[in-house]
Amino acid sequence: MHTQWRRAMAAAALAAFGTLAALPVHAADAPNSIRIGYAISLSGVNAQGAATTTLPGYDLWVHDVNAQGGIFVKEFNKKIPVEVVAKYDDTSSAETMLRLEEKLMTEDKVDFVLPPWSTGFNLAAAPIFAKYGYPDLAVTANANDEEQLVKQFPTLFFFLNQPIHFGQALIEVLNKYKNSGQLNNKIAMVSVGDQFGAEMSAGFGAGLKASGYDIVLQKSYPLGAADLTNEIKEAKASGADTFIAASYPPDTFMLTGTAITQGYNPKIFYTAVGTAFAEYGANFKKKAQGVMGIGGWNPALPGAMDYYKRQLAVTGHAPDGWASPVTYASLQILQQAIEKAGTLDRKKVLDTIVNGGPWQTISGPIDLKTHIVEHQWGAGQWQNGQFVGVSPTDMPGVKPFIFPKPSW
Amino acid sequence: MAASAEDRRRRRTRTAAAIGALVALVAVLATVPLLTSDYQLSFMVNVMSYLVLTIAWALFSGTTRLVSLATSAFFGIGMYTVAMSIKILPLYASFALAIVVGAAVALVVGVLTLRLSGMFFVIFSFGLSEMIRELMVWWEINQTHTMGRYVYVPFDTTMIYEHLLGLAVVVFLVGWLLRRSRLGIALLVIGEDETVARQVGINVPFTKVAIFIVSAMFMTLTGALMAPRFSFINPNFAFNPLVSFVVVIMALLGGLQKLWAPVLGVIPLIILSERLQTQFPFWYSVLLGLVFMVIVYFLPRGVTGLLEDIWKALGRPLALPRGFTGPLLDAWAWLSRPIFLPRGLAGIIEERWLKIMPRANEKR
Repeated sequence: MHTQWRRAMAAAALAAFGTLAALPVHAADAPNSIRIGYAISLSGVNAQGAATTTLPGYDLWVHDVNAQGGIFVKEFNKKIPVEVVAKYDDTSSAETMLRLEEKLMTEDKVDFVLPPWSTGFNLAAAPIFAKYGYPDLAVTANANDEEQLVKQFPTLFFFLNQPIHFGQALIEVLNKYKNSGQLNNKIAMVSVGDQFGAEMSAGFGAGLKASGYDIVLQKSYPLGAADLTNEIKEAKASGADTFIAASYPPDTFMLTGTAITQGYNPKIFYTAVGTAFAEYGANFKKKAQGVMGIGGWNPALPGAMDYYKRQLAVTGHAPDGWASPVTYASLQILQQAIEKAGTLDRKKVLDTIVNGGPWQTISGPIDLKTHIVEHQWGAGQWQNGQFVGVSPTDMPGVKPFIFPKPSW
Repeated sequence: MAASAEDRRRRRTRTAAAIGALVALVAVLATVPLLTSDYQLSFMVNVMSYLVLTIAWALFSGTTRLVSLATSAFFGIGMYTVAMSIKILPLYASFALAIVVGAAVALVVGVLTLRLSGMFFVIFSFGLSEMIRELMVWWEINQTHTMGRYVYVPFDTTMIYEHLLGLAVVVFLVGWLLRRSRLGIALLVIGEDETVARQVGINVPFTKVAIFIVSAMFMTLTGALMAPRFSFINPNFAFNPLVSFVVVIMALLGGLQKLWAPVLGVIPLIILSERLQTQFPFWYSVLLGLVFMVIVYFLPRGVTGLLEDIWKALGRPLALPRGFTGPLLDAWAWLSRPIFLPRGLAGIIEERWLKIMPRANEKR
């Protein structure tokens, strides 16, 4: 029985080989699908961020590509649909994430792996992507040593600003009002106890001091803090016109809520990650008006508003005004690069991603020659129910800033 | 004792056989990296690291019966010490430094807290990990202004695996020797009854601290060995409180009576977690929680207890199946019982009377 089967296989292999030799043009059969896999935090501390920023974008992209019949791959001369063959929960544990990435690349042997969520996880995963030659479109990551990192890991790409740029974007706005005497030079700054909070507050602090600001309050609070009333009270008592929080989504919501109940109305109220979430606007409604936050988005770009409506309709989640559109844009780049390369060969696709730009996306044209997207939104503001980009002011589609923030 | 020579010989043969089997097993395990894919190897790394952690945990908690949730604290200390020292020290020196730091923390913590008992110690040990993590976070934010350290060393997964395998052998041997040492016996007495232990002259605090340090050193070294697996480490990666809980559950599942019992807890739980993470990604937490509840309710002595029960049941003389006649016989037997006569009020009066006026031939 086994011998027979083996013989049949051998015969089939011979026949296949013969056919291959005879018809070199149709070298390989087209695969049924382009196999996609990812490991992301579906449970644990990172789950909220992943579910808000990243996952709906993945789902929408798969939906959109397949609605068009797939990606045209010249090598096979046909459109091939994408299929998520593996979707794993890294349980917000870095060690689990690494192991599951290895599973995707060496066991499941998927064609492309979509990145995990958060700076830490992406930096930890970068060596594995590089080792197995998978393009690593690490959207939800930023670091001050990006240039050195992309040299070390040649498959890695960064899409968001480096921490230092966020500080510059914020200070650009502050300076305008400080120089015209409408804003005092006192700053109250709090930060979450995490690499994000550390790097942001360090970056902000250095820039602010260099521009002649006086940081009258600087505090960090633990990740997952359940109450931030003291932080808000101290900020209120500090006499600063500007409140800056290097915060994560749960604390962003908590700080805003507490500031409202405490009647704390600084002229500039800035919170970081989570401010750009659609939920922020839905939650605080008219009170969100004038709140500043990290990120930014230009809804006037071609395809942008259409993308917003489509994601809401298909996944039930409105995208945020920062990394969500960029996540979708990164997948548009992958799609276009596969099409342009005409193959599923990862090395060729990678080369095309680097050299085939600039790519037309819903976040505008993006060029990845340096593996780093250089010019991006640094700061945004809630204006009439939308989180829009306000700085750097030389970005296309920049909106005029609302000053001071209206009272809650 | 006449049988002692015979006994000794038998014990010697058993020991030799056990050592032989262990050596063969380790030899087989050592070849794993040659045979498997990278993913399977990292799976084995996970198994080995939890094996060491669980046996090390059982060394302390299985004997003193104090539930420690400090595993993630020591694991994290190991990992973060390597992350902080790797730029200035050679790799093995930073491993050694990690052990020293881990032992020092265990000494201080042990001396301060091992007088606490029960619940208080559990809470403190849990707080320890969180406290150190927040301390590191504060340090990095305020002193280095960056969080997350890069660890690039030529110490690949194969090396990590082989080192962890070696460590597993060592922790196993330490546990084995401990059970045969005065310290081990002292610990067992403490676990049974601390007051008795003190009465028979055991230095209870010293003994507890000593085993706490030994256990912590293994946990610390495991964390240190796992550090090169990450090219990027921050305190939140290193001090993951889940590690403490998973280790306790693994030890409970395996059982604590036997030294090798944790193996039976580690392997099924890791396979289960991996299955849940990959096959039912959205249900991972829910299903894992259910499994924990099942373990606690239905397997109080762990898988080892279950195996022992099955073994005993197999050794028992076979009970003949009773079939349909069984219930009939039972019913017949029940019906033919002598009837208990109700004693009524007379009985109560009789009782009272007997209390007041005992019979002459009855002793009070």
